[in-house]
Amino acid sequence: MINISELLDEIKASPYREITVRTPHTGRVTFAGLKPGQDVLGPQGQWKERPGTLLATLERERNPKPICATEKGILDSIHSELEGQYVEAGTPLMVIRHMLTKDEVEYLILKKTLHLFQAPERAKYYFTPEVDKKIRAADAHSVIVRDGMELMIMSRMKREVPLHYSGPEGVIYAVYFKYNENIDAGAPLIGVCPQDQLPAIQDVIMRVRTEWTEK
Amino acid sequence: MPRLSAAPPYDKQSALRRVRNKMDNNIEKRIQGLTDRLTYARDIFAGKHEEDIKLLEEKLAVFVGRAQRGELADPYNDVVALEELFAFVEKRLENAVTPMDMVRIVRHPQRICLRDILENVYDNFTEVGGQDEHSLDPSMLIARAVITRRRGKKTYTQSVMVIGQEKGHGAEFRNGGSVKPWGNAKALHYMSVAETEGIPIHTYIFTPGSYPIEDYPGAAQQIARNIYGMAGLRVPIVAVISEGGSGGAEAIGLADKRLMLSHGYYSVISPEGAAAIEGRLKAGQRATPELIEHCAGSLKITARDNLAFGYIDRVVQEPPLGARPYHFDFFRSLRQEVLRATDEVVLNHRKWPGFRGLAVARVRNPEANLDEMHIRWGLSAAAKERMVEHRQQKFLRLSREAAIDNRPFMAKNMAALQDWLITPWMHVKYDFFRKHQRKISTFMEEVGNEVEMFKNRLLSPWYKMTRRLPGRQAEDKAQELTALSTWTDDSRRSRWNYLSPRYKIDRTLTCPNSESYGCLDLWGPDLFAEFAGVCSHCGHHFPMEPEWYVKNVFDLDSVYEFNSEIEAGNPLAFPGFEERIAEAQKKNGTKSGCMTFEARIDGIKMVVAMLMGTFRGGSVGAAEGYKFVEAAQRAQKKRYPFLAYVHGTAGIRIQEGTNGVIQMPRCTVAVRRYVESGGLYMVLYDTNSFAGPVASFLGCSPYQFAVRSSNIGFAGPGVIKETTGMDIPPKYHRSYHALSRGHIQGIWDRRQIRANLKQALLTIGGRNLYYR
Repeated sequence: MINISELLDEIKASPYREITVRTPHTGRVTFAGLKPGQDVLGPQGQWKERPGTLLATLERERNPKPICATEKGILDSIHSELEGQYVEAGTPLMVIRHMLTKDEVEYLILKKTLHLFQAPERAKYYFTPEVDKKIRAADAHSVIVRDGMELMIMSRMKREVPLHYSGPEGVIYAVYFKYNENIDAGAPLIGVCPQDQLPAIQDVIMRVRTEWTEK
Repeated sequence: MPRLSAAPPYDKQSALRRVRNKMDNNIEKRIQGLTDRLTYARDIFAGKHEEDIKLLEEKLAVFVGRAQRGELADPYNDVVALEELFAFVEKRLENAVTPMDMVRIVRHPQRICLRDILENVYDNFTEVGGQDEHSLDPSMLIARAVITRRRGKKTYTQSVMVIGQEKGHGAEFRNGGSVKPWGNAKALHYMSVAETEGIPIHTYIFTPGSYPIEDYPGAAQQIARNIYGMAGLRVPIVAVISEGGSGGAEAIGLADKRLMLSHGYYSVISPEGAAAIEGRLKAGQRATPELIEHCAGSLKITARDNLAFGYIDRVVQEPPLGARPYHFDFFRSLRQEVLRATDEVVLNHRKWPGFRGLAVARVRNPEANLDEMHIRWGLSAAAKERMVEHRQQKFLRLSREAAIDNRPFMAKNMAALQDWLITPWMHVKYDFFRKHQRKISTFMEEVGNEVEMFKNRLLSPWYKMTRRLPGRQAEDKAQELTALSTWTDDSRRSRWNYLSPRYKIDRTLTCPNSESYGCLDLWGPDLFAEFAGVCSHCGHHFPMEPEWYVKNVFDLDSVYEFNSEIEAGNPLAFPGFEERIAEAQKKNGTKSGCMTFEARIDGIKMVVAMLMGTFRGGSVGAAEGYKFVEAAQRAQKKRYPFLAYVHGTAGIRIQEGTNGVIQMPRCTVAVRRYVESGGLYMVLYDTNSFAGPVASFLGCSPYQFAVRSSNIGFAGPGVIKETTGMDIPPKYHRSYHALSRGHIQGIWDRRQIRANLKQALLTIGGRNLYYR
């Protein structure tokens, strides 16, 4: 069993992710003239079509290759002593400190605590009538799921197939699909957590939502 | 008794105002009209001629003030005087109208619209292509209209199909006359309806250009279909151009007679677009008004210029500063002109020459009142044939002077002489010999079969004996199965007859897909030689030189270039363009962006027209169009398949203005004539192919293929963003999208072009490869 409060404290102690930018291959490094403490941006645009801030250029065989930031963050340190040097593949060039956002923290916690039950194929999903009745009467947290239990109906193009739950026993923490909407294969349908951890998780998530400040 | 309405509370002030206000409704209306005229003049001159406009403004203000105060003894007399002043000033300003002012005139919301024309030029009409915003595309308006004419006491009703873009006086849902692909499809559908019904088509062009989206049926693809369709439509077509913006205009513009309103423009690109290209502006930057004005002037977009070029047949004079909906005299003259044009088209293809001459002369008389004459618009089948032929020939003749034909006198005449000899020889070869040859060969085949049977029987004892002997055959088999392939027999380097000169540069290159597929860097000498410019990991195609295709796709030494002397010029005398053309010629070593040649693939002969992306982006001007048409005609005469290999094309060469844009209908006509005569026309796209050519003579081919990693579309992402304000996802123009949309029929690997072309030629062309 995971101690959720500890997990949160751990995240709070270092509320960022450190991304080490490494050289993809050998080559001569030219830095783009950024200083530690400067902000960098990740890929921009509706489709992330514009690359992030240029960090350095790596040239091998007269083929200059830009190295761009992959996430938004602050430059933590730069190995500026490598400027103009020929380096090996995988040499760390700099460290970007990416401050975690609310969603990322929530995702981190839920990833460690929840079991996600995924959609096996692109289809519409419904709970079986019994489960549905229970959810409507109370809420999703009241439904206990067990391995092998007939939980859902998968419906696609006039074909309906029962879907059995597989995974650890627990209560439904969150429902990620809506009725009458297509769900892609591999997308999570429900998140299941052990029954006794439910209040703790809810509490932590609430705290993240209200207290977490994004930088 | 209940009170029906609440009476307004008594207000002494307003009552007094009403008493003092001596203006009646008529005066007020006329003041409104004058105010509109003033705003119109101010808008179209955009800050020029300020003193004239100020004078009108002051006079109008004084008049309005006095009228409101009731100080005018005879307001009607005064308003007439004021209107005369307006007319006088407008007439004076008319002489100072510049091409850019005309652009502002046609775009002004007060400009006449198609609905005004339907109401005032025709006697009655029914909209058939949707109503207002409830339409497949509200910017394309289609109506069945009738015209009543008299002869003596008898009246005749004649029907026409009216098709045109509707700007709706600036109504938002009309999109300013920018027609979406499905709007053009609707137009083509109703053209075929008119063809079935045998009624003439009047098209009215009020468009700044087509709406550049690639959704099905695709902007470029649909315009190409429209042009192709109109090239063979068997009813008279009369087009009237007010705002003729490039591809959008051509979509309904291929007509027997093209009229143009005197204040309209007909151009390859909007002056703003030309300015953005000339000034090399990036997305989001605005060109200066001076540069736009300069471009509008140099593009030669006015009615007078286009009449001089011969791209329109007649100019319809508008009132000073352009026609607005209250110019009823203008509508009357427009009616006469469209009637005259339709009558002329019909009469010109009637059979009896004596009557025809008389009737045409009568119709052409500018004094004639065509409402008082009746000419039946129906045509016999033979007359329809003649009309279509005449229309096609008319377009084929256009713009020849805009290209520089440097072919020596002898060569030109030799070509003509060869044509003269080849045509009968081809007739003999294909029409006579082929027919009887088939009978002979069938007979010979049967004889051959019998001989073969007889031979086999005769020799079977010998075969039986030799089969048992240990021979070389088994040895070969064993070696084939056990030995590794060797470097020599693959002939790695010599696989290609031509290597891109970039292979000599010792450097590596990054594949653009390396982020997503993790492709390793490619070493230039490998990539541009052995790999044929294809990423060995993901198959991305780096662009190659046109020579690569000429030397590697076709049989070695089978390429025979013709018409290489036809040279791209500067027909509009566009400032500074001559040097740029000379530079491109020097860089490429060719005289124009189109190379036409005869070539063979495994002995299959064909005519190829190649648009080279390295020559000014592969843009098509008069010279390129000329060569393309010549190539299509050559293929037709020689009965070879015709391949358009598009190494790359950025569209129509804007610096040639309408000389460039006219290549769209022209080349499409040539292609249609070739296809209809039984030829096999195939298109192969490579690198980037956009705009005009794709929206006409390339897009109309029934068999279009693309090389991998190529982009095909109507307008580039920058233009789409600029005109529609929509963001375009990356890879929007990739050939795979064109394939899913149904624009192209397949995507080929560059290294397989030769094999695929041969396969396509043999399967699509069949055994009778050259002619159906």
